[in-house]
Amino acid sequence: MSSAIRIKNGKVYDPLNGIDGEIKEICVQDGKIVDSIPDDSPCIDAHGMVVLPGGVDIHCHIAGHKVNLARKFQPESKRHDVSPRVNELRSGTGGSVPSTFTTGYRYATLGYTTAMEAAVPPLGARHTIEELHDTPVIDKGFYILLANNVCLNQLLEKGRMAEFKEAVAWWLNAAKGYGVKLVNPGGDEPWKGNRNSNVHNLDEQIRGFDLTPRKIIKALIDTTNDLGLPHPAHIHCNNLGHSGNYTTTIETMKTAEGRRVHITHIQFHSYGGEVGKNPTSKAKEISDFINNNPNVSADVGQVMFGDATIMTGDAPLTWQLRNMTNKKWINADTECESGCGILPFSYQEHIYTHALQWAIGLELFLMAKDPWRMVLSTDHPNGGSFMNYPKLIRLLMDKQFRKEQAALANQKAINSTSLLDLEREMSMYEIAIISRAAPAKLLGLDNKGHLGVGGDADITLYDDQEDKEAMFNAARYVIKGGRFFIKDYEFCSDYQGRILHVEPEYDRAITQKIKPFFEDYYTIQFENYSIDDSYVHDGEVVPTKSLS
Amino acid sequence: MSGSSKVIENAICTFCGCVCDDIELTVDSGGKHITQAKNACVLGKAWFLEHKVEDFPVALIDGKEASLEEAVDAAAEVFVNAKFPTIYGLSDTTCEAQKQAVAIADYLNGNIDTTTSVCHGPTGMAFQGVGESTASLGEIKNRADFVMYWGGNPAEAHPRHFERYAVNPKSPWMPNGKEDRTIAMVDIRPTQSSMIADIFLQIKPGSDFELLWAMRALVKGRALDRSVEERTGISLDRLEALVQQMKDCQFGVLFFGMGLTMTRGRHFNVGALLQLVTDLNDFTHFVSMPTRGHGNVTGADNVVAWQTGYNFGVNFNRGYPRFNPGEFTTADVLGRGEADALCVIASDPGSNFSAKAIEHIKSIPVITLDPKPTVTSQHAKVAFTTATYGINVPGTVYRMDNVPLSLRPAFDSPFPSDEKVLRAIKERICELRGITPNHKPAA
Repeated sequence: MSSAIRIKNGKVYDPLNGIDGEIKEICVQDGKIVDSIPDDSPCIDAHGMVVLPGGVDIHCHIAGHKVNLARKFQPESKRHDVSPRVNELRSGTGGSVPSTFTTGYRYATLGYTTAMEAAVPPLGARHTIEELHDTPVIDKGFYILLANNVCLNQLLEKGRMAEFKEAVAWWLNAAKGYGVKLVNPGGDEPWKGNRNSNVHNLDEQIRGFDLTPRKIIKALIDTTNDLGLPHPAHIHCNNLGHSGNYTTTIETMKTAEGRRVHITHIQFHSYGGEVGKNPTSKAKEISDFINNNPNVSADVGQVMFGDATIMTGDAPLTWQLRNMTNKKWINADTECESGCGILPFSYQEHIYTHALQWAIGLELFLMAKDPWRMVLSTDHPNGGSFMNYPKLIRLLMDKQFRKEQAALANQKAINSTSLLDLEREMSMYEIAIISRAAPAKLLGLDNKGHLGVGGDADITLYDDQEDKEAMFNAARYVIKGGRFFIKDYEFCSDYQGRILHVEPEYDRAITQKIKPFFEDYYTIQFENYSIDDSYVHDGEVVPTKSLS
Repeated sequence: MSGSSKVIENAICTFCGCVCDDIELTVDSGGKHITQAKNACVLGKAWFLEHKVEDFPVALIDGKEASLEEAVDAAAEVFVNAKFPTIYGLSDTTCEAQKQAVAIADYLNGNIDTTTSVCHGPTGMAFQGVGESTASLGEIKNRADFVMYWGGNPAEAHPRHFERYAVNPKSPWMPNGKEDRTIAMVDIRPTQSSMIADIFLQIKPGSDFELLWAMRALVKGRALDRSVEERTGISLDRLEALVQQMKDCQFGVLFFGMGLTMTRGRHFNVGALLQLVTDLNDFTHFVSMPTRGHGNVTGADNVVAWQTGYNFGVNFNRGYPRFNPGEFTTADVLGRGEADALCVIASDPGSNFSAKAIEHIKSIPVITLDPKPTVTSQHAKVAFTTATYGINVPGTVYRMDNVPLSLRPAFDSPFPSDEKVLRAIKERICELRGITPNHKPAA
């Protein structure tokens, strides 16, 4: 089989190269996009189709210990949503937390070819990688949780910043991580060590440490920038879900002091009102701040009505939700590194808070002046499954549809927001930005999210339809790494996908500082902690950028 | 062969679910025998020191010596000719092998189940019902000041559990080790474990559920009458004092064993325990954990769950995974005489299943993979001798708290790994069924 493919007559959207719906030929050879290929190469006539780079999900929860707990936990969401084996393509089950094979195939069916698992305690990274090996088609990486790391926090409280930076770099190497994730910075210690309490203020002292959440946030923003990581600190702010939390979010963004930072699922952090009372929308305040601060990017974390699974390193939040819903609940602490909470959840149109969350997410998308810095996510499966992306795209592109859907939701909530006043309809070009080009750019994945020469041949073709939800629900062709995964709507061959990770340089002497900590605090040997290269035999090291 | 002995540091013991990773192994100069296993417990020492590479054939077909290739072909034949092939075992092998086993079940539209169904299957079911608050063992080592074991005897079944994880270790938060902790045991009789406990509740057999439910009531501040003593053997006063201690601790943990899961009440017992722990979180931080037995039974749960969505008792007859304990669990599938072929990996149902199930095993073609002959392998149509994981085979295993570790094998075996045999069988099945194999082999 020849490795060359020509795509002609398609309407191409490639924002990183400024191409907005031009009829343009795309040539593929050996897994890459190239200038030209031999005339007799296989050709797709893409007349009537839209050609986009493969989708890139900057924030989802798809692999690892917490995800697998959530699978084992919810047989009730799987019986009615099965995914049969198709020849060589493995079977599986769905629900909001699908089995691994099904996760890969479903992402690819929507036209997504890269996804980032957003929260992995380094101690569980080996598990995450094992699952990612079984998550086909897509390329993938993961962020490691470092904002409640006892060893790092001890270095930080003593002001040993040089060692802190070396230790962060060591940890990324040891875990084969792609980026640094902060979840509820400083919140683990009161949760685990002080009867399930939490921190609520960036300048509050963290129990047991001479440290505040702000100091952790600042240190990790600086360090990720100083190390030249392709993606900056990826922050789940303190006070997620609490009324009035938008001030915490703005304070967190201010802490960056102009340096690059990414705030994740920002919808959950854009609430006004008083703690304990109903939230209100502060989408405008959050949007204004981001519009005016080009160092800040965010993904939305849109809520979609229907079933979801709350799954987060923010254990106190999940406990709070558990006490509101009285549903079955999981807590899972990881020594010295992380907390974790899991809870089945359902967003319902008639409930004030859920409708408000839905509206705030849409406000954030539609108020963003720069779509390159406010990108698409549902924080899968927290705000809803990634399978909702086509519907979400339609909500953004189709004002009439949006108004119809808003009419079905709690009117008190909808009318308390500016959603119905927002007339903006996103263009196909803007959708290509928020679901492809921008996440790839924010991740520092130079070969993804575009169709320029030298890029990875991750390409999606959709039939150009009026109903954008139907259109984005089923790609007609999906090419991953230059090979067909879907050809004329049919699965045709499987594809493994690569694990993307970083290898920032560090001074080997730092291990002499970290090893004694392991002996005191961990239950596995320091020598058995780092993940050896055999686990990423199909991996790709994404280079760090020298900033000096 | 090297002329001098070899030392493997930080080796990993897979004898039990503790999966201790601080073992120092010495391999003799012949490279075929472990002479020392420093830091290992009495069970671990036996596991390592008594391991020998025996002079068995790599495979037997109908009891006659066969080559690996012939046996792979014969096993694939058995599988593709079956309408209801069942795969069972998997708790004493690597995750890499477990993945191949699930793939075979998927490609055959067969049935797959692990030894979880006969140990902590009820835990899995209770977990689906109520969830669980849990922690990695290091968090327990570091912080737990109240430690309770229910229906288990770690001193004899998990000998280093006390020393490494829950009773004796010192930590920055527990500088005096055991002195900083309260240790409680619940069992129907005194054991080696109960001797070290500060509090021992000897309960009436079969009263676990009632006792747990009474404790839940007390945690929630409900009044209870004194008949609880007659039913459970524990006085209300003692129970009230115990519950108060649990509410007052800073970080509590409740470990539980098969004394809870395999006695009257089963998943109801576990559900009551997990819910009790959840209730206690209204007052303090409290976690729980099943003390899993086999070295990689936790890995088996994980692999089967991430590939299918369910962690044991999975059936692919309809071309997709379905879960139903009691229907698709191996003891039941065999007991009802349903399976028409059986593949057993690292387990011996022929010695410990019901008489009816064993009778059925003898009536159908059986494939076994095991480092040693077993009762089941005596009845096998195809019996493979495989290398021992952890001692001869590298790979990934999961500790009872779901922490994954990479094995450090001590020396090579002349026998193939379970993974290699299963992968070969899978590929042959795909050839016979016209299925193109899915993933490229791992490096």
